[in-house]
Amino acid sequence: MSLVIDVEKRQGEFQLAARFEAGGGVTALFGRSGSGKTTLVNLIAGLARPDTGTIRVGDTVLFDAARGIDVPVHLRAVGYVFQDGRLFPHLSVKANLLYGTRFGRRGGRDGKLDEIAALLDIAPLLARRPADLSGGEKQRVAIGRALLSEPQLLLMDEPLAALDAARKAEILPYIERLRDETRLPLVYVSHAEDEVARLADTLVLLAGGKVIAAGAVNDVFGRLDLGVYSGRFEAGTVLTARIVAQDAEAGITALHHAAGSLGVPRLPGAPGAMVRLRVRARDVALAVGEPGNISIRNRLAATVTEIGKAQGPAVDVRLAVGGDVLVARVTNGAVAALGLAVGTPVIALIKATAFDAAD
Amino acid sequence: MLDALTPADWTAIALSLRVASVAALASLPFGVAVAMLLARGRFPGRSLVDALVHLPLVMPPVVTGYLLLLAFGRKGPVGALLARLFGIVLAFRWTGAALAAAIMGFPLMVRAIRLSLDAVDPKLEQAAATLGANRLAIFATVTLPLALPGILAGLVLSFARALGEFGATITFVGNIPGATQTIPSAIYTDIQTPGGDIAALRLTAISVAIAFVALIASDTLSRRAARRAIGR
Repeated sequence: MSLVIDVEKRQGEFQLAARFEAGGGVTALFGRSGSGKTTLVNLIAGLARPDTGTIRVGDTVLFDAARGIDVPVHLRAVGYVFQDGRLFPHLSVKANLLYGTRFGRRGGRDGKLDEIAALLDIAPLLARRPADLSGGEKQRVAIGRALLSEPQLLLMDEPLAALDAARKAEILPYIERLRDETRLPLVYVSHAEDEVARLADTLVLLAGGKVIAAGAVNDVFGRLDLGVYSGRFEAGTVLTARIVAQDAEAGITALHHAAGSLGVPRLPGAPGAMVRLRVRARDVALAVGEPGNISIRNRLAATVTEIGKAQGPAVDVRLAVGGDVLVARVTNGAVAALGLAVGTPVIALIKATAFDAAD
Repeated sequence: MLDALTPADWTAIALSLRVASVAALASLPFGVAVAMLLARGRFPGRSLVDALVHLPLVMPPVVTGYLLLLAFGRKGPVGALLARLFGIVLAFRWTGAALAAAIMGFPLMVRAIRLSLDAVDPKLEQAAATLGANRLAIFATVTLPLALPGILAGLVLSFARALGEFGATITFVGNIPGATQTIPSAIYTDIQTPGGDIAALRLTAISVAIAFVALIASDTLSRRAARRAIGR
């Protein structure tokens, strides 16, 4: 399943011109507010019409200006989870969930209700009304409702933006489950890089209505030249590691990574499970040679692949660490003192407490 | 007090209730359609339709009644056509009274329904579309249920207006006991008749009672519908 987008749309002063392709899995549309993310998903859903271009999901052409194809919203097999939930207030949770199944556009069946309710832990809510749900519960029901309409593609427009940190932490694992347990391609709009790092396979970086970069999450996050486009974007990359052991007493999860072993504050998951860790550039220190007896225990063997342009006293150094990308933000002085150059073997040091706590 | 009512009074009451019910119910589909057109439609001449719908509210009722007589009377263009094609005669019949009442109540009905349609969040309709609902299904499953309180309010307003209709009715269908003499027409006749004060007072009391019950019923209904609509 692939998603092919090549569209232009003018809205007043704002001009969106986006072209990218994404495979299956989770595609994150990432950028500041006003960068055109929501406009883009509305075009995919059919809620807005491109001025020109094409939109294709797998073999299905949803829009093609040249051929005069514009599939109406209700006939596109595209689910949409809105930022504000948009549950029907006059229907029960169960009736909301089953809403899309009554149109039978893709042979939706009630039988899947139990399966979806279990996936999202919403079975106890079925008899309730949307007005009686918490913000997090509402979003879970909204996700379930979109899933039950049996879409070929699911759009999520900042589904967590209206929630506080605790509610976000409550929902994220469900979206991860959704990604891992259904094989549904997902387009996830966000301006929070921690969400993107945890969820996305492909990252499309938008700024001012244009696609600045598109590709695998680490390739884009690891690029040193993109910080300026993403505003609050805090340079950082994602490491994928396997859980080796849980030390409940010390509150530490031991992880195996191709470039070395890691200890991080306790993460949920059984030994053997794969986890993604977001590492900020400013939390990575570099050593040439054995760093000796210091408190930082997470040490990964790395090779310098790129040294960015100096920004004030700091410079970003891009590293290859066992197949992943890591960015370290160090001072110009350190680069000179250590004699760093492309190809230099280094040890990347990451404080255990720098990893985002388990949530 | 009910014992005091004469058979003539009962006839007027029954006729009034029948005329008002038929007027309100029969105009409801048109009321919803016109309200939808005005709330959502974007077409040239929309303000003209708006003005036309509201005309009976501001014209003297006797003018409305006279226009109806001209159009729907036996010799009127529409009346003659209806009589020839379907054998339907409205002038000086209770059905004519219902037509007059429906037209007089129509602006109130359309206003109430339109307000509640305006209050329906188009974002919910968008959400329904992404779940596979076409326009008709969205209207039936989202728009209409959410606008229900306003639709009920419009229905009751139209019914209440129909009960009070006098000017257009008496001009169009006259004041024939048992055929077109509704409560207001009967009161008018009683007042014109020497010694008819008591009879007029009886029907006046009945009018007040019916209006009161209708208002309380409408309030209860729309409150229940509103609760349902927001899911409480």
